[in-house]
Amino acid sequence: MLAQQDSMAFRKCVQVLLRSSLAPGSTRTHPRFLHTVPRLCSQSQTDGSSGSKVLVHFVNQSGVKSSVFVTEGETLLDVVIKKNLDISGFGACEGTLACSTCHLIFEESVYDKLEPVVDEEVDMLDLAYGLTKTSRLGCQVTVERWMDGMTVHVPQGIKDQRGKQEAVSNK
Amino acid sequence: MSLTVFTQTAQHERFSFHGNVNVGKDVTIDELRQAYHAVVLSYGAEGNRSMGIPGEDLPGVFSAKDFVGWYNGLPCNKELHPDLSCETAVILGQGNVALDVARILLAPVEMLKETDITQNSLEALANSKVRRVLIVGRRGPLQIACTIKELREMVNLPKVRADMLPADFKGIAEVLKDLPRPRKRLTELMMKAVKEGGDDKAEKCWGLRFFRSPVEVLAGADGKRATGIRLALNKLEGSGESARAEVTGQTEDVDCGLIISSIGYKSIPIDPAVPFDPRRAIVPNEMGRVQDTAGLYCSGWVKRGPTGVIATTMNDSFDTARVLIQDMEDGKLDLSVNKPGAKAITALLQTRGVRTVLFSQWEKINAEEEKRGRSLGKPREKLLDVDEMLKIAWS
Repeated sequence: MLAQQDSMAFRKCVQVLLRSSLAPGSTRTHPRFLHTVPRLCSQSQTDGSSGSKVLVHFVNQSGVKSSVFVTEGETLLDVVIKKNLDISGFGACEGTLACSTCHLIFEESVYDKLEPVVDEEVDMLDLAYGLTKTSRLGCQVTVERWMDGMTVHVPQGIKDQRGKQEAVSNK
Repeated sequence: MSLTVFTQTAQHERFSFHGNVNVGKDVTIDELRQAYHAVVLSYGAEGNRSMGIPGEDLPGVFSAKDFVGWYNGLPCNKELHPDLSCETAVILGQGNVALDVARILLAPVEMLKETDITQNSLEALANSKVRRVLIVGRRGPLQIACTIKELREMVNLPKVRADMLPADFKGIAEVLKDLPRPRKRLTELMMKAVKEGGDDKAEKCWGLRFFRSPVEVLAGADGKRATGIRLALNKLEGSGESARAEVTGQTEDVDCGLIISSIGYKSIPIDPAVPFDPRRAIVPNEMGRVQDTAGLYCSGWVKRGPTGVIATTMNDSFDTARVLIQDMEDGKLDLSVNKPGAKAITALLQTRGVRTVLFSQWEKINAEEEKRGRSLGKPREKLLDVDEMLKIAWS
């Protein structure tokens, strides 16, 4: 299923689950880390039937805006997948902090109010294209009431970042 | 099946999956090109680079590709039976795969038990005597190829301490502030491991060893299996990502009973009709258009070589897709001719006795693995036999 990534995906499969098991014992773990990284193949815990509706605007790589009502408690990754928003390749690792494809750019006023970022998220943001000062991973941001009306952007300029990323010589 | 960007694509009305087909053997690329306006090669890198040193074929030496395949349940690696009765394991290479292998060798069994690692490997690892893993690289700390996430997972391993050589890190602290953020954070984490080490009482340890290249696998007196490895000591010329390892003439021998070579995956040619560059082990191409072959494209590792994380490779695939669409719009792809598509290929395969697996049938294999996992408290228990997979798929 994961085309050329089978080698990597096999590794990630085991690797990610190790992380999930590790999290409870780690003193540096942020509560949300446990919440959004339960198992490799499951989504957020909420069923979407209760909780208030919050309006969120997504602007994709092509500048196209989608406005959706989302349920408090869902992560922004859950939203993109469930609402089938037109954002290419979003959430490849299914919210397990093993990739940076759910990278979103927030308005500064919103970014400043988000729950603090943990090392494990920064580790993945380090590999993201078009990183900004107000970048976060969508799988780590849970929708809350006060976010009503916010706009999040999917980063552009992938080609520009390619050169920089190659220099880091990642695998 | 969990809803992801991949399952959404797989369920798209204009997408169809045909598994159990060996391209190059059951059907040729030319036959595919006759059936479709465009063919995209995205088959990755299933081979591995070899060290090219004496003793590499001795029992006790494995490619990381095979070792990873073993614990991840690749059917062709299920009979690997690595001997884990030695105290020290040496891994050549310091990329993410090398760190993953080290982590699997040293992680407490309680942690591994809840993952989808195969039951066979879990049992083998539970009885493992390996206590010390050295991860060896040709160059220095500033050239290490892994990313911080994988390093952090090693540093955070419970009941395992880090055993580094402070001398390998001479001069590093001084250049930290000028490094780009990702490299800086990665280096800082390594320096922290050098300084703090971890639990002294820990039975198990791991360490990075720099400026060393493998030159020979050493066998014991009976010459029958690996008992050590000879490493050449290097010095660094230049700095940063382009620094080169130069020989000094000095060597060092390390006793070890398990040697894992993790120096890179390698693509293999899929079909004689497709151009292939054996030196770089990629399909020669210009922005994803295969050289001298209209209507044939490539993406990912087979296009660029076997490096890059999910984001890199996914974005590369988007690039190839954009190029293909551009060629359609520019008239570079002849769309005036009708092409039969899948029905021609499945008919051809049928005459050759090859039965395909559709996505809905693949989902049955997936469901069975998840079901078996449930009774073991694991996300899935992987099927290790292709015939068994096919039986379930076609049931």
